[in-house]
Amino acid sequence: MADYSYNAVMARKNEIMKMAVGIDYSKFQTSRIGFDYERMMRETGYTLQEVQNIQRDAGVGNTPLIELKNLTALVRKISPKGKGARIFIKDEACNPSGSFKDRRAAISVYHAKKLGYKGVVAATSGNYGAAVASQAAMRNLNCIIVQECYDSRKVGQPEILEKQRKCECYGAEVVQLTVGPELFYTFLRILEETGYFNASLYSPYGIAGVETLGYEVAIQCREQLGKDPDAVVITHAGGGNVTGTARGLIKAGALNTKVVGASVDLTGLHMASDRDFNRKSFTTGHTGFGIPFATWPDRSDVPRSAARPLRYLDRYVTIKQGEVFYMTEALAQLEGLERGPAGNTSLTAAFYIAQEMDEDQIIVVQETEYTGAGKHHMAQLSFARENGIDIRFGDPEEERAGESIILPENPSLIKTRDVDLNKLKKSYIKNCIDNYKVDEIGIKDAEFLAEDTKLSIEEVKKILTEINVKVV
Amino acid sequence: MEVIKKGTYVQIHQIVLRPEERASNLPDETKNVPLEMWVKGYLNSDAMIGDEVYITTLTNRQVKGTLVEVNPSYKHDFGNFVPEILKIGQDLRKILKDGEGCGRL
Repeated sequence: MADYSYNAVMARKNEIMKMAVGIDYSKFQTSRIGFDYERMMRETGYTLQEVQNIQRDAGVGNTPLIELKNLTALVRKISPKGKGARIFIKDEACNPSGSFKDRRAAISVYHAKKLGYKGVVAATSGNYGAAVASQAAMRNLNCIIVQECYDSRKVGQPEILEKQRKCECYGAEVVQLTVGPELFYTFLRILEETGYFNASLYSPYGIAGVETLGYEVAIQCREQLGKDPDAVVITHAGGGNVTGTARGLIKAGALNTKVVGASVDLTGLHMASDRDFNRKSFTTGHTGFGIPFATWPDRSDVPRSAARPLRYLDRYVTIKQGEVFYMTEALAQLEGLERGPAGNTSLTAAFYIAQEMDEDQIIVVQETEYTGAGKHHMAQLSFARENGIDIRFGDPEEERAGESIILPENPSLIKTRDVDLNKLKKSYIKNCIDNYKVDEIGIKDAEFLAEDTKLSIEEVKKILTEINVKVV
Repeated sequence: MEVIKKGTYVQIHQIVLRPEERASNLPDETKNVPLEMWVKGYLNSDAMIGDEVYITTLTNRQVKGTLVEVNPSYKHDFGNFVPEILKIGQDLRKILKDGEGCGRL
């Protein structure tokens, strides 16, 4: 009989994953650290046109791009003369399960069906679960979603409880767990037991599915405005949203569009903490994912993540929880769009960045998400208050994640804070050296690191010298 | 106590990992409690709340655990009213109308 102890199952990780994703990642390996990312995307993914066809067939994509005229007017009230870019939003809540995650799920589930799998499994507490469940329902596949849901008192985040309901309404089976990274152990056991497909967010399919989003943004801007957007703001968590959207912009030829990532600042909260779990109001799109996944993308549930945000980010900013809740209400009250708070992370960043840009420039917020019971700023603020979080108007600069949520006293107090991308790039390179346990690397490795960080080979060599690693 | 009939839709609870079996790199408050799991499915044989039972899940898996709930329902909602939210909209409409209160110096 197979050994189902924690250590035994974790030791079988690679063989379980090979069976459950159907990709032999070793064939893309080009050196000790490096692998051929573009070849992996090409050979295991689908062309942009195939992705468009699969998504159209499943009712996914081609969402409206809406100008936020009142929010733009508000930006101009608080900007210096001549400043205040036009803000547009891509209304991804119009997808079948209510978020851009349908784009990722559509391709993974299509692929699972094509390969003859009987079902799909995904480890997610967020919109992706609903997306996989919805797509699996369309394609007559079984679906299991594994959720981190409760703390040890069995108190659940309202947003995650709503996601359970939504997955179940599409006929999925939802496995709910308490806090802890060993969710991965349960996930592996289910993959092994069922032989289902791992609909990973980080497979080439999951990323190829997002490319259409960036592509549509560029094409819609050209059709509606006669030019490419000057900046696109993307909520950044595991890196797939940034990677896929940026690749889509590049495929559309929008090479001068700035790619800006935005995350909610949850500094100080530990992501594996039973105590901190219900003291945060955002379950994704926050720095607890954004920073670790940028500095070590291969921490994901596949051997080589196809989400590699440092290849594409031109700028990375953080914003506060209170600012996002404020903008969520602003979007409803001024634009008539009631959408979920997590999806408005990038909107909040865009509201500030637009103030730095000229009036004739275009900034695009590339997503919205559905809202409803549990997954609404009223539910989430109420839950935070019940958990002892101090909620008040004031200067968001004073907000401390896990202790307070400060709603801006007025809109001019909303600000983004820049994350030093060079620091993240250095940290990524250092993580590669530490995780592969090398003290010298070859030129091919150095070239890979340069591609993976959007740095020159000289810059990579300089960083390596600083951490005493030789290139031979 | 009432007997719950075979075939009823229920929720079960299971300890996946005891504290001593948990991963080593966890904060203490997580390491000191078990990893717990809840799964729903159809009851395989008559039982009572608190019994160790087997269920058949929607994907036809057989899962063992303690019977905790019958016809488990959704209880999440929009929470208590948060008056601050209403003020945001009123402030913003006023700023758009006459420019007052936007905070610009």
